[in-house]
Amino acid sequence: MKPRLTAPGHVLGRRVGDRVTRPDAEPKVRGDFVYSSDLQVDGMLWGATVRSPHPYARIVAIDTAEAVASSGVRAVLTHEEVPGRKVYGLEIPDQPVLAFDVVRYWGEAVALVAADSPEEARRAAHKVRVDYQVLVPLIDPELALTPEAPHLHQGGNVTRRVKIRHGDQSARADVVVTGDYEIGMQDQAPLGPESGLAIPDGEGGVDLYIATQWLHVDRDQLAETLALPPEKVRLTMAGIGGAFGAREDLSMQAHACMLALRTGRPVKISYSRPESFVGHVHRHPGRLHYEHGATRDGKLVYVKARILLDGGAYASSSTAVIANACCFAVGPYECPSATIDGWVVYTNNPPCGAMRGFGSVQNCYAHEAQMDKLAAATRMDPVELRIRNAMKTGSSMITGQIVEGPVAVAELLRRVRDEPMPPATSASALDLTDMPGGVSNTTHGEGVRRGVGYAVGFKNIGYSEGFNDYSTARVRLSVVGGSAHVEVHTASAEVGQGLVTVQAQIAGTELGVSDVVVLDADTAVGSAGSSSASRQTYITGGAVKAACEAVRERVFKLAQSELGGRQPEVGKAIRLENDSIVSADGGVVVALATLLGEDVIEETREFHPRSTNRLDPETGQANAHLQYAFAAHRAIVDVDTELGLVKVVELATAQDVGKAINPQAVEGQLEGGAAQGLGLAVMEEIQVKDGVIRNASFTDYLLPTILDMPPVRMQILELGDPHSPYGLKGVGEPPTISSGPAILAAIRAASGRPLSRVPVRPHDVVDLTS
Amino acid sequence: MGVGRIPDKGAGVKIACTVNGQARTVEGVWEGESLLFVLRDRMQLPGSKNACEQGECGSCSIYMDGSLVCACLVLGGQANGREIVTIEGIGGGQLHPVQHAFVEAGAVQCGFCTPGLVVATHDLLRRNPKPSDAGIREALAGNICRCTGYAKIIDAVNMAAGSLK
Repeated sequence: MKPRLTAPGHVLGRRVGDRVTRPDAEPKVRGDFVYSSDLQVDGMLWGATVRSPHPYARIVAIDTAEAVASSGVRAVLTHEEVPGRKVYGLEIPDQPVLAFDVVRYWGEAVALVAADSPEEARRAAHKVRVDYQVLVPLIDPELALTPEAPHLHQGGNVTRRVKIRHGDQSARADVVVTGDYEIGMQDQAPLGPESGLAIPDGEGGVDLYIATQWLHVDRDQLAETLALPPEKVRLTMAGIGGAFGAREDLSMQAHACMLALRTGRPVKISYSRPESFVGHVHRHPGRLHYEHGATRDGKLVYVKARILLDGGAYASSSTAVIANACCFAVGPYECPSATIDGWVVYTNNPPCGAMRGFGSVQNCYAHEAQMDKLAAATRMDPVELRIRNAMKTGSSMITGQIVEGPVAVAELLRRVRDEPMPPATSASALDLTDMPGGVSNTTHGEGVRRGVGYAVGFKNIGYSEGFNDYSTARVRLSVVGGSAHVEVHTASAEVGQGLVTVQAQIAGTELGVSDVVVLDADTAVGSAGSSSASRQTYITGGAVKAACEAVRERVFKLAQSELGGRQPEVGKAIRLENDSIVSADGGVVVALATLLGEDVIEETREFHPRSTNRLDPETGQANAHLQYAFAAHRAIVDVDTELGLVKVVELATAQDVGKAINPQAVEGQLEGGAAQGLGLAVMEEIQVKDGVIRNASFTDYLLPTILDMPPVRMQILELGDPHSPYGLKGVGEPPTISSGPAILAAIRAASGRPLSRVPVRPHDVVDLTS
Repeated sequence: MGVGRIPDKGAGVKIACTVNGQARTVEGVWEGESLLFVLRDRMQLPGSKNACEQGECGSCSIYMDGSLVCACLVLGGQANGREIVTIEGIGGGQLHPVQHAFVEAGAVQCGFCTPGLVVATHDLLRRNPKPSDAGIREALAGNICRCTGYAKIIDAVNMAAGSLK
């Protein structure tokens, strides 16, 4: 039994660098693309999750009797029915599959129900009686660091402590600026809810159709939890409605599999939007204290920073997030001395983990505000000050790692500075949607001031700190309908970013074949790693390239053995092009269809980039990262200084992408990533009070609409990284890093207010205390 | 398929309506079900998407008697006797120019918002064949896209408007 999935689309005649429309776009515009929440099979049950109404409580007893007797119910499960390991986690297995002993956050999963219909499952979930002894939640991350705080996990509340000691630790400077900054909790808010369908195979195993960022890490965690060998847990990717980090951790995967194995029936779970807000991790909120020392002419002498991230109840990706926040703490600048102290701690707030740009998004608000303060203190232009300190090819990170080229930080800043300015908003041709407050009709220009702000940021591409980063690709060349045909098979997640075209373009380029199909991702092929850290084009792209090269070698060998004796030009064959083997002078040696006939050539290859090293625990010195990617933004805002309302008028960005494999997809990443940066700057925040989320819906959690998002001027630089396939750099995250800080700088410029917290709220912009 | 019996002991409601030009009847629908659930899970028309299910994101935009509505905010029973057009009914056998423009302009990434945006754009261009950028923004303000930053969606609407002239 299998659910219907979307048939893979063909990509025809496309090469690296071409502007390619997506093969999955047509089913998506037709409404025919099968997302994980669309999955259906006959006889399936619906799962529902019982969740904790308390952020911290002891579980005294769970009574499922009334739920079991409820209409349509087929199974009710608690932690006692978890077959194998009762905890999971990406880096530290600390999160219960179903809570036992205690619940540590509001909305934690406690029990499961499977029933004939979703409404019956929901009703039965309400009938699971959980007797809680409510405890005082630990909600302040500063308090979590103190000895008085209760320990939420064995080993205390510090999930990871990072220290970076670079250069002269007693450095002094003529100009010193300090600041405290606060970052709110952002939600990834992918539009597709957490959902999937688990189908028992009748032999003790299970097939899970799922939307995830990493099939194999899900599979391995599920095998542990279900106490099954990995080969009895098979995962197939269903359509993914966005991810942005929210699908790195397990959500409903283990729950659906447990219910399916228990009932012997297919079980679907699909979260509602409010449940989604507690069903995945969020962006870490942070508190950052910075001190910058510089010479009177604006050269950085030292940076000291104390960075505290609230990881919430469970570890998720916290250890990597705090490492990034510290490694990139000073921004893409040359800084001779740095003293960085970072902590990520457990609290009873919602768990936090991966979201686009993690670590760098938080610290960029701080280091860029500090650079503006330094510019003011030294009476320098903010862009000039940044250019004076900009990293160059061969500059040292504060971790001691030399940043290999090309590094174009100064060039990116010049490019956004030199873009033409948009015209002033005209009061005579008044369109209310151009005004802060929009059609609320709060101003016709009275009290509105324009501001301009700049920011630049950077981040690591790929896994860091010695994590084994690799991907696997299987490439199959055959003849279908008289023509050469290539199938690319990987386990990589197409989350919307456009990996499906990238894989096809690489195969098309390397094998010179016009007809390429990218097969559904599943665990029948080796791991691709996650679609995160902006890494897939580099790593899975590298694997596809390597597998294609292996196929090509076999094609050449086949040609030599079949034709070498009769056709001496076979020895001169150098490449595949136009579905043929081509010689150096461009002549066709033989058509692939003719050479192959019934033969099939299939090769599987892993691609392993250069390895990295773990940060030294005392000094933070290491070659910890694979590749660095940079972007700069300029923001223009209009601020109603009387009401504190903000209209972002325009964004301009410049980014070095190394090589734009598909320019259309690159532009989409730059525009969409900037929109998520705008969201954190001016509107998006999960509001948590006493450990409880107060706005778990799209009514109350504000996302940028088409009215909020301004036009983005883009300059895409292709400077070529000598180490990566085709010279490419990861693209997805840099747009989300510096866009928000540029907007915040522009609001500061317009309002004259210091503004050290995001998202900016009207009462921050209008000083209500004076 | 997979929907099961209704939770209350009653017989449920019967809905007879026209969907994408075809007469459709479903029986035994629980009174609390949204039209979105009826379309997706009882009529096997999952193209309308379930992103927020409270009328904030526009991903389930459909036509009901010619008016653009969020299917999640309509009770299934309210569709009785009505004429419904969903994303599956836009364009019929081939791509409608609006759909074609979304593909060509790169306005589709994860695509979860796309069906709703296509229907909303179809509605906009029916009412205003040559909208300004401000008009496009106002008309599509009820459709949230998390991936694209909207620039290529505006491109797609302009492209579709050009080809529909």
